Amino acid sequence: MLDCAAYIGQYPFRHLPHPEPDVLVRVIEREDLSGAWVGYLPSAWHRDPAAGNDALFAALAPYRQVLQPAPVVRPDWPLWERTLRDLVEEGAAAIRAYPMQWGMAPHDATLLALALACGELGVPLVLTVRFEDLRQRHPLDVAGDLTAAHVRALGRAGERVKLVITGAGRELIEEVHWGLTPEEQRRVFWDFAWIWGPPEDHFAHLLRSVGAERFLYGTHWPLRLAQNPRANLDLLPEDLRATAISDARSLER
Amino acid sequence: MRDEAPLAGREPLIDAHAHFYHSASGRGDWERVNAARLRAGDRIGITYHVASVLGSYGHTSPTYFPSPADVSVGNDAMAEFALDPRIRWYVTVNPNYPDHALAEIQRGVERGAIGVKLLASRRADDPLLDPVCEAAAVHGLPILHHIWQHRTCEWPSQEISDGRDLARLADRHPRVAFILAHLGGGGDWAHTPPAIRDVPNVYPDLSGSGVDRGMLDSALRILGARRLLWACDLTMETGLAKLRALDAVGLSVAEIADIRWRNAARLFARGVFPRCERVETAPPAAVA
Repeated sequence: MLDCAAYIGQYPFRHLPHPEPDVLVRVIEREDLSGAWVGYLPSAWHRDPAAGNDALFAALAPYRQVLQPAPVVRPDWPLWERTLRDLVEEGAAAIRAYPMQWGMAPHDATLLALALACGELGVPLVLTVRFEDLRQRHPLDVAGDLTAAHVRALGRAGERVKLVITGAGRELIEEVHWGLTPEEQRRVFWDFAWIWGPPEDHFAHLLRSVGAERFLYGTHWPLRLAQNPRANLDLLPEDLRATAISDARSLER
Repeated sequence: MRDEAPLAGREPLIDAHAHFYHSASGRGDWERVNAARLRAGDRIGITYHVASVLGSYGHTSPTYFPSPADVSVGNDAMAEFALDPRIRWYVTVNPNYPDHALAEIQRGVERGAIGVKLLASRRADDPLLDPVCEAAAVHGLPILHHIWQHRTCEWPSQEISDGRDLARLADRHPRVAFILAHLGGGGDWAHTPPAIRDVPNVYPDLSGSGVDRGMLDSALRILGARRLLWACDLTMETGLAKLRALDAVGLSVAEIADIRWRNAARLFARGVFPRCERVETAPPAAVA
């Protein structure tokens, strides 16, 4: 099982212990995962993501058997289409975008173009709902959570679009899922790192209602404890414990 | 249910911060949620859930400002839940009604309450809390106080307190043990350990949906394992994840036992966790 939501690098609003790739490799092994799509955390707050992408590929180079780069493409930046093709040719397993940090509205034309272009190249587009709990954010961290309207707009953009939405809770997932046609729903995958387990059992409810095949494994390391998604699976009601979620590996080209 | 080893092992484990719902709490699924807590607790290996009911949970008065009538109804329900041998309970009070609060504590003690639950009905350092704390001292009851980690503004629906506020109250009542609620439950957890470091009768519980890396390390570095209580509150998967993280950060067996249950056993009255205390007093061969 692949971790679809890991990063390396520091976070601008609090110190993270050891966000380095060699540590992530050990965490992946400890958690019995097969690998990870890895983003470069500082890139979410960079205006030009190019330097962050270079740093990401360089840092992961010794670990590419386990850690696959998920670089950033900013679709309102000059030459983004060429950048996207180059990154995919260099082995990007997925592409990350941060519309909230870039001030992009749900129907931003460049964002839709990016989703379509990723779809044509066969790579998933990864969007992050949140990095931290809303209640603890730094006063300068004003981007806000990714909205359900963004996800719905991208999910409707085209039949080859593949979206991976990380860090969503039950409410956002349901607002998107039931606001899409069954065909559009199949373009959207979710990790469950931020979905509540028992006693509310939101995760169990979503497995039954939305479907286990829509969910991927994501840790949000190094921001969050990598043990959390495993704990959520382990605490499912007995009738769901054998449920098979999807492996992000199946979304790769 | 299958006969399987608990996910967190067979050593004692006390959840110092749990809640149950009841028929007057406005939730049609209240029995399902309560059953899910016990199901997950058995799967994790929780020996005791120390729980409270928060009035009507907003159904007939606000969760954090419960009316006296709702407080009493909730405490009655909680006393009934505590007939289950896995459950112990805090008596909930609203200090804006001092006479009612003191009467509820007396009534709770008579029905087996082992602690007091304070919400966010009044700021923690308000003098109105003093009679509640004095009653807790008389009865030997720890107080679990709802906390926002680092209050930087007012938040709706609660009179929120942070570690500094609770530290001032605890300083006035050194005979009372104060459990600072949910270090991972919202706000900036990094603010709390230094805010309470020098007030030794404040003990954070580790509950809350937050599982930020660095939180446990910071609490352990600043406060040490003897000051921390394991707990879940509203999300039990995060509780299990934190237990597994404690195993990974290099604590000794004794330090893990402190956090799992021994600190709680020290804070609450002797004899209220008999299945834990049997382990503590058993000869080594029997423990192994």
